[in-house]
Amino acid sequence: MSPSSLSFTSSPHVHGGDSIPRIMHTVILALVPATLLSILVFGWPALWVIVITTLTAVVTEHLLVKLRLRPSPVGDLSAALTGLLLALTLPPHAPWWICVVGGIFAILLGKQVYGGLGYNMFNPALIARVFLLISFPVEMTTWPHPVGLFGEEALAFGDALALIFTGHVAPGEVMDAISSATPLGQYRIEVSLGKTVQEALGGTYAFSYFNATGGLVAGSLGETSALFLTAGGIFLLKKRVITWHIPLSMLAGCLIPAVLFWLIDGTKYPDPIFHLITGGLVLGAFFMATDMVTSPVTPLGQIIFGAGCGLLTYIIRTWGGYPEGVSFAIVIMNATVPLLDQYTRPVIYGKTKKNI
Amino acid sequence: MGLFIDFCGVGRFGLLCHHAVYETNGATRMGIVASVLKKFHGGVHPTGHKELTEHCAIEPMPMPKQLIVPLHQHLGAPSVPAVKVGDKVFKGDLLGTSGGFVSATIHAPTSGTIQAIQEHPVGHPSGLTMLCVVITPDGADQWNPGLQGTTDPATLDPSAIRDRIKGAGIVGLGGATFPSFIKLSPPRDKVVDLLLINAVECEPYLTCDARLMEERPQDVIAGIRIMLHALQTKQCVIGIEANKPKAIAAMEKAVAGQSDIRVVSLPVMYPQGSEKQLIEVVTGRQVPSKGLPVDVGVIVHNVATAVAIRDTIELGRPLVSRIVTVTGGGITRPANVEVLIGTLVDDVIRHCGGLKSNTKKVIMGGPMMGLALHQTDIPVVKGTSGILALTPEESSGKTEHPCIRCGSCVNACPIQLVPCTMAWFAKTDQIDQLPKVDLFDCIECGSCAYVCPANIPLVHYFRYGKLALQVKDREDKKKALTKQRSQAREERLAREKEEKERKKEEMKAKMAAKKSDAGSSSEAKASSPAASKKASLPEE
Ligand code: SF4
Ligand code: SF4
Repeated sequence: MSPSSLSFTSSPHVHGGDSIPRIMHTVILALVPATLLSILVFGWPALWVIVITTLTAVVTEHLLVKLRLRPSPVGDLSAALTGLLLALTLPPHAPWWICVVGGIFAILLGKQVYGGLGYNMFNPALIARVFLLISFPVEMTTWPHPVGLFGEEALAFGDALALIFTGHVAPGEVMDAISSATPLGQYRIEVSLGKTVQEALGGTYAFSYFNATGGLVAGSLGETSALFLTAGGIFLLKKRVITWHIPLSMLAGCLIPAVLFWLIDGTKYPDPIFHLITGGLVLGAFFMATDMVTSPVTPLGQIIFGAGCGLLTYIIRTWGGYPEGVSFAIVIMNATVPLLDQYTRPVIYGKTKKNI
Repeated sequence: MGLFIDFCGVGRFGLLCHHAVYETNGATRMGIVASVLKKFHGGVHPTGHKELTEHCAIEPMPMPKQLIVPLHQHLGAPSVPAVKVGDKVFKGDLLGTSGGFVSATIHAPTSGTIQAIQEHPVGHPSGLTMLCVVITPDGADQWNPGLQGTTDPATLDPSAIRDRIKGAGIVGLGGATFPSFIKLSPPRDKVVDLLLINAVECEPYLTCDARLMEERPQDVIAGIRIMLHALQTKQCVIGIEANKPKAIAAMEKAVAGQSDIRVVSLPVMYPQGSEKQLIEVVTGRQVPSKGLPVDVGVIVHNVATAVAIRDTIELGRPLVSRIVTVTGGGITRPANVEVLIGTLVDDVIRHCGGLKSNTKKVIMGGPMMGLALHQTDIPVVKGTSGILALTPEESSGKTEHPCIRCGSCVNACPIQLVPCTMAWFAKTDQIDQLPKVDLFDCIECGSCAYVCPANIPLVHYFRYGKLALQVKDREDKKKALTKQRSQAREERLAREKEEKERKKEEMKAKMAAKKSDAGSSSEAKASSPAASKKASLPEE
C-alpha cells in the first residue's frame, strides 16, 4: 500500500464507540415507557400532541441547518428528543398550534440561534415550555381528566384528531366538562383559600397516592408517572448516559425542604411523597436537568446545580406564582452553569492540599 | 444534605487515609506499599486485543540490508556522531556520544561498515528528518570482543553501575525514553524507599513486556537486583495487570523466597502504566504537580529496561535491540520480534508477512499514545514498543462534532482535569487561559478522547495548546530580553551623559578656579555653581 494513503491523525488511535446518536437514542428509549403510558392514560389526543411536536422540531431543525448550507443533523436524533421532551411537558389536549409554535421555538430560539447542538445555554424544550406558559396561559393550563385510551369516556381516534385541530370533538361541543386540576394546582388554590392540605386533596378531589404514582391524575403528558420515569432514569444510569449527581441532588434539593416544612406544619405543607409523585419533579430530575449541553460537566458542579434545581422547584411550588416550578427552576439554574463549571473544577492529581 | 457530603467525600477520604499511611510509614521506611491498592481517578477500559500476540514467543529477525540509526532516540539532547563514513564497526561500538546531561549514547546494532551519516525521516510527530548513521551489515553480527560483563554486580560500586548504564545508552523502554542512569541517580536530599517496576503494559495490543517476563523472568530479577544496588534501596514492587496471568506466575516463581521483591497483580485499567497513576495505585502517594516520582520516594523503571540493564552489566552489551510487538488487524502474521535498532518499520512488517490491503493506519507504539506514521520507511528506535497496523474498523477517525458537554471526558481523566474546557480554550486560541486550567499536567494519555461521543481529537488540541504556550513563552522571554537590553542601553547612555556633564563641570570649575586665581577665593566658590547651571541649560 502506498504510504500516502495512510491516515496519520493524532492519538488515541482507537475509540470507545460512544456517539451523540447513541446517547440521544438511549434517552428516547428510556422515555418510551412513560410516553406509552401517557397515551394509555390520556387517550389518542396525547399521541397527536407527541407526533406533531416531535415532527415540528425535526423539520425545523432540518430546514434551519439546510439554510446554513450544512449537512442535516437530524440523524443525531437530538431534535427528535427535544420535540419529545417538549411534548411531555404539554397538556394532553394541547391544540395543534401550541405544539407547532413550541416545536419551532425550541429549535429556532432554544438551539439554532446559538449555533446548534452544544452551544445553547438553556434547555430548548424547557425554554419553549416557559415561553408557551407565559404567552398562552389558558391553553397551557387546561388539564383534561385522564380518560384513558379505551375507557367509556375515551375519545375515538378521529375525534381526537378533531379535538387537537379544531378544539371541538364535534361542531359546537366544548370539552370543558372533563377538565380537572392537577394535584399541585389543587393544593395551591385550596390552601391559599385557607383550607388544609388534607381538605384540599381529600373530599371530591380524592387524591390517591396509588393513582399519582401510576400517572392516573391530571397533568402534563409526561409529568405524571413517577414510577415509569424513574425506571427510565435508572436505565439511563445503567447505560451511563447520565450520572447520579444531578437526579439525586435535584430530588434531595426538593424533598429535604419538603420534609422540613411538612414536619413544621403538615396541614399547610404537603408531605414529601406528594411532591415526589406529582408534577414534573422526576421527569425534570432524570431527563431535563440532566440535559448535557445545559448542565455542568464537573461532578461538584452537577451536585450544586441539581440541588439548586430541586430547591427552586420547592420554593416556586410552595410560594411562587405558578403551582409547578420545575421548568423555571431548571431554566434559572441553566444560567449558572458557566459559573459553576469555572468554580468547581476538581483538585487535580498532584495538587492535593498537602502538595500545594 | 448529609448524603451528598458523604458521596463526594469518598475519594478524598481515601486519599487522606493513604497520606496518613505514608506519613507514619515513611519515617520508618517500611511498608510503603499500601495494604489495599488504591484506584486512581477515571481511566478507561479499551479492548485489549492482546490475544493476537500474547502466545507469540519472541523471535529473532533476519539481518536487514541496511540499518538506519537515528542519533536522537531519547528524551533530551541529540547525540554527537562518533564515527566517519567508511569506518568498520563491531556490534556494540559507539556511533554517537551523549550530547548533554540529559542525553544518551548510541551504539552499532550490528557489525559492518558506516555507509553514510545523513538526514533521514524518523518517527516524529512533525514528520521531520533527523541525522542518522547508515550501516551496511557485514553479516557476521559480531560483538566487539572487548565488551565484558561482571558476574557479580553486587561487588560494583553504585556509581560504577550508573556509569556503565550511561555508557550503554540505556533509556526507558516503556516509550518515554528518558535516560535510565539519571533515574538511578536520585538527588542526595531525597530518600528513595521503593523501586517500582512498571510491567503494567496497559496499552491495548502490546504484549512484548508480558512475553519478556514469561521467557526471561530471571533476567528481570537480575536487572532489578542491579538497580536496587545502584539506588541503595531495599524494596521493589513489580506491578503487572491481572490480564497477564502467565507473566504474573512466571515472575512470582522467580521471586519466590525473596521477600524484598513483590509481584503485585493490578486490576486492569488504562492508563495504569503511566508513572503517576502506577505510583498512586501501589503506594497511595501522589507525585506533586510538576514534581518527579522521586519527590515521593519512588523510582519507576520499565520491566524491559531492567532486562537491558542486566544485559549491560552481566554481559557488557550496550542497548542495540528491543522487543517489538507487531500486531493489529492489518498485519498478516502478528508476532513479537526482537528488532535491531535502526531496522526499518517496512522490513519488520515484511518479516511479519506484510500489510493487508485494508490497513488504514500504521502506528509506532500503542494505540492510545503511539504515533501514526506518514510513511513506513522509518527506523525502529529504542522507544518503539509496538508496530500496529489498524484497519478502519479498529481505528478511530470519525468526524468531529461540537462538544455536547457530556462530561465523559471529565470522568475519564486520570489527572482530574476538565478536558472539554482545555480543548475549548485551545481551539479558540485563548492561550492565556490554558495554564489556569492546568494544561501542562495533562499526560496525553488519550482517555478523554477515547470516551468522547463527539469524536473530538482532544489530545491534538492539547498538543497544539502546549506548543502555542511554549512559542508564546519564548516570545515573551525574547521581548523581555529586548526590553531589558534597551533599558540597559538607555541607562548606559544616561550614565555616559551624566559622566560627560560631570567632567565638563569639573573642567569648568578648574578653569574658573584658574581664572579667579587673581580674585578672592570666596568669590570663585560662589560663582562656580552658577556657571555650571548655565552650562547645563542648552542641553535641558
Ligand atoms: S467527552 Fe467530548 S463531548 Fe463530552 S464533554 Fe468531553 S469533549 Fe465534550
Ligand atoms: S489526555 Fe490529558 S486531559 Fe485527556 S484524559 Fe489524559 S491526562 Fe486527562
